[in-house]
This record gives sequence, C-alpha cells and structure tokens, in this order.
Amino acid sequence: MIPVTWPCPLPDGGMAGEYALAFDQARARRLLIVPALFDEANRMRRLTVEVMRRLDGAGIDSVLPDLPGCNESLQPLAAQTPQGWRRAMAAAAQHFRATHVLGIRGGALLTPPGLPGWHYAPAKGASILRQLIRARILAAREAGRDESQDTLLAAGSMEGLELSGFRLGPEFLRAFQTLTPQPGASEVGQDMIGGGGLWLRAEPDEDRRQADALAAVLAIGMRA
Amino acid sequence: MQTDIDQLLRHILTDVLGLKAGQADGFTIETGLFGHLPELDSMAVAGLLTEMEDRLDIMIDDDEIDGELLETYGSLLAFAEAKRAAA
Repeated sequence: MIPVTWPCPLPDGGMAGEYALAFDQARARRLLIVPALFDEANRMRRLTVEVMRRLDGAGIDSVLPDLPGCNESLQPLAAQTPQGWRRAMAAAAQHFRATHVLGIRGGALLTPPGLPGWHYAPAKGASILRQLIRARILAAREAGRDESQDTLLAAGSMEGLELSGFRLGPEFLRAFQTLTPQPGASEVGQDMIGGGGLWLRAEPDEDRRQADALAAVLAIGMRA
Repeated sequence: MQTDIDQLLRHILTDVLGLKAGQADGFTIETGLFGHLPELDSMAVAGLLTEMEDRLDIMIDDDEIDGELLETYGSLLAFAEAKRAAA
C-alpha cells in the first residue's frame, strides 16, 4: 500500500494533485473506493483499509482517493460542491482505470454511474446532514445556545455552516440536501456483513470479521 | 419481560457503544447514559437518535431532546415507547 497522487479537476477547468492510498500492481480487477463522508470517514477508515488489504491478497487492486478538501487535500473544503466531488471521483476512476466501484455510506452519493459496483450501507445526503446539524444543536444546547435545524439550514444556504468542524459552503449545503445514492449499484446491507455498523460507534473501532465479509462480497462479485 | 422496543433499543446502544453481545441485557431503567458515559458525546448522541428514528420508524424533533431524556436507559426507553405508540 502506498500513497500516490492523481490529477483532480478544479471548478475553473484546471487540475490539482490529490492523494490516494493505492494497492496497485496493474492487475486486471481494479476497485475504486469512494470513502464515507465527514466524521464517518474517520470511523470507517480502518475498516476500509482492512478491506483493501484483503482484496490485495485476493489479487485485486484498489484505490482510496481523498475527496478534494478532505484529509491531505490542499483545496479548501468550504469551496467544494457535491457535483465537484462527483467529477473528482469520475476523474479518479479514469486515472486509476477502475473496473468496479465501492461507495461507503455517503460515498454512495458520489460513485461514478458508469462503473459496476456496490454501495455499502448507503446514506442519503439529507440524513447525513440532519445528523451533523443535530450534533451541532446538542453541543450548542449544552453551551446554553438555542439553535434549530430550520434556522441553521436557512442561514447555511446563504453563508455556509460549520458542522462538527467541517466548514461547508452554501452551494454545498443546498445541493447536498437533495442528494441520493447514484443508481445502478448493488446494495450491501449491514445484515450481509454482520455485527453493528462501525459508523455508528461513538469511538472508532475495527472488526476483522466485518472486513472479511465485505472483502468476500467484493472479491466474489469481481470474479464473476 | 423485554418489549420489542426495549430489545431494539438495547441493540442500538450495543452498536453505538461497541458493547459485547448480551452486555446491554444488563441495563436497567436506572443505568446512566449521557453524562455517565464519556464516549457518548453530542455526535454519538445524534447518531443514536437518528438510528432510533430509522429502526423504530419514528421522528424525533430536536426540541424533544434534552438532558433528561438521555439521563438513564429508563428515560430513553419510556420516550421511545411513547413515540412508537403515537406513530
């Protein structure tokens, strides 16, 4: 596994380098993984990479790109949009010559529609946003401030909003609310993986059996 | 005797808190939650409530969420049962 860079399209037509983690031995079967979003990205990171290690052992290349504005990206998160993220993932798929795609949780909103693949426990934009805003409301209430979903969203659609440390721009918030998982992928539910979803955990954790199960679903599907 | 809602709620807490299977069976109505479990921060509580909405098929208004609701397992269960009865 090595960190690599790939050319990611900018809104103005230019290109910027973004990082990706890659298991790449130029093998025929190549999986692009669109990561879970925001705080869930942290909680799902270890499972995601554990799945990549297992796929590598099964003879499958995989790549996990950063979304622009996230992780080691040099782009400002507040300037990103869901459409830009979709373009970025399509560019990553092309650059790495992906044959299949996996979207994890909110990553399912961004998978390039032309590729066969899977959505693991896909989440709608509205429910991801609702949960982030709810966390902010709860934290504000503890601090003695009263906030509500409607007023925060209305203000956010005009001037952006900071949610759990993520500064999201107005255009992002407006577009993300109506985003639904991309069509065409096979859904992998938690019942197929066993145990409780790791994105729910109050603290990041790992689960070897879940990584085994998800890698098996993917490896079997990519052999077909 | 555990109701279905009781069982579902114990399942959800098992997932959120990363408990071992069966560990949540030891929860009583007096078991302390928010304020007693440091890992249950605002983000985890938001996840817990959203998961309750999904699995119990209820809607929770943010105005209904206060410290008392999450004080003990019993208060959270009573809330979930009242919500479900009204749904």
